[in-house]
Amino acid sequence: MASLRDIKGKITSTKKTSQITKAMQMVSASKLNRAEENAKAYVPYMTKIQEVVGAIATGTSDGAHPMLTSRPVKKTAYLVITADRGLAGAYNSNIIRAASNAIAERHSSKDEYVIFAIGRMGRDFFVKRGSNVIGDVIGLPDQPAFSDIKEIARRAVGMFTDGTYDELYMYYNHFVSAISSEVTEKKVLPLTDLAVETGTTASYEFDPSAEAILEVLLPQYAESLIFGALLDGKASEHAMRMSAMKSATDNATDLIGNLTLVYNRARQAAITQEITEIVGGAAALE
Amino acid sequence: MKTLTVNIVTPDGPVYDSQVDMIIAKTASGEIGILPGHIPTVAPLVIGAVKLKKDGKSEYVAVNGGFVEVRPEKVSILTQSAEVASNIDVARAKESMKRAEQRLQGKADATDFNRAELSLKRAMNRINVYEGNI
Repeated sequence: MASLRDIKGKITSTKKTSQITKAMQMVSASKLNRAEENAKAYVPYMTKIQEVVGAIATGTSDGAHPMLTSRPVKKTAYLVITADRGLAGAYNSNIIRAASNAIAERHSSKDEYVIFAIGRMGRDFFVKRGSNVIGDVIGLPDQPAFSDIKEIARRAVGMFTDGTYDELYMYYNHFVSAISSEVTEKKVLPLTDLAVETGTTASYEFDPSAEAILEVLLPQYAESLIFGALLDGKASEHAMRMSAMKSATDNATDLIGNLTLVYNRARQAAITQEITEIVGGAAALE
Repeated sequence: MKTLTVNIVTPDGPVYDSQVDMIIAKTASGEIGILPGHIPTVAPLVIGAVKLKKDGKSEYVAVNGGFVEVRPEKVSILTQSAEVASNIDVARAKESMKRAEQRLQGKADATDFNRAELSLKRAMNRINVYEGNI
């Protein structure tokens, strides 16, 4: 059995760890609030752009814009959105597993796909595995602004347009609630599933032409899809980190309780032994 | 007098939301003025200032491209970034203008050149809107 001092040391260090995890939990909770606000601020932009894209793209059925048409797939791009740091439960590993499983299933050689990585964990994983990571962004702030990912979003969309690859998939964690999120695969390009539920489709005048507007609109739409996924991912990152830290704190509390029990038992045993020794000594003197 | 509701939204949230009398924006095919009751229109914008007239006064908003969606009572401008004149960080704009100019001086390939040119345009637009010389 461990000595009293050993147990005491263990209790103290567990307590300190639990203080840290508790603090991290609270930090994540407040970041989660902010992330949810950001996601909310983004909603009007997304609804509006979806509405207009839907109205135009369905109105000009003849105009087969390259971003709307599927072409034979020779090369696929994957945009994987992870966190920069661990300690967020299964957040990173879930996304990475989903992405790498899908890649392993669909492709037999490394030349058939390329990776864009947002977040250090995903980038490191794919770089280590020797995948072709052609773009990455790391060190994003907890409250990302659109300008932080503009560059990579533009590149990802631009390389589809110039034919470097023929499909763009996105992997991220969709924020459902503070305690649950799900890994989501989304096909960004080509834009095949445009929401056509806009009831108030006003017949617009296009200046100069519908095609010219799609030229501006569709890249902007695709880029904002990526940004939306990032905001979604950030919110679920904070939520996952919060719940991971909460369970760490709970486990530490349990552990401290058990250790205290063991400690008291050992202390009691030591006292009993001491008394027995004294009594034995006294009896020997008589 | 009739007024129009104007919404300027960016991915980082709404920038401007108010009732105005008239809007003047720079589209790809030239400037357009929008008054209440305008026919529903969609037009792409270029980097430039959007002028919002209200009670005889004008306000300016710097927008970086995007497009404008016009309905008879409501105008929405969707752009990747926009700033009301008073919110412009002019020191930053001047710095990025300088950087872009330096990059244009140096030898670069076509994509870098385009990018620098765009960033120069954005910075100059911000500075112009801030100083009010449009």
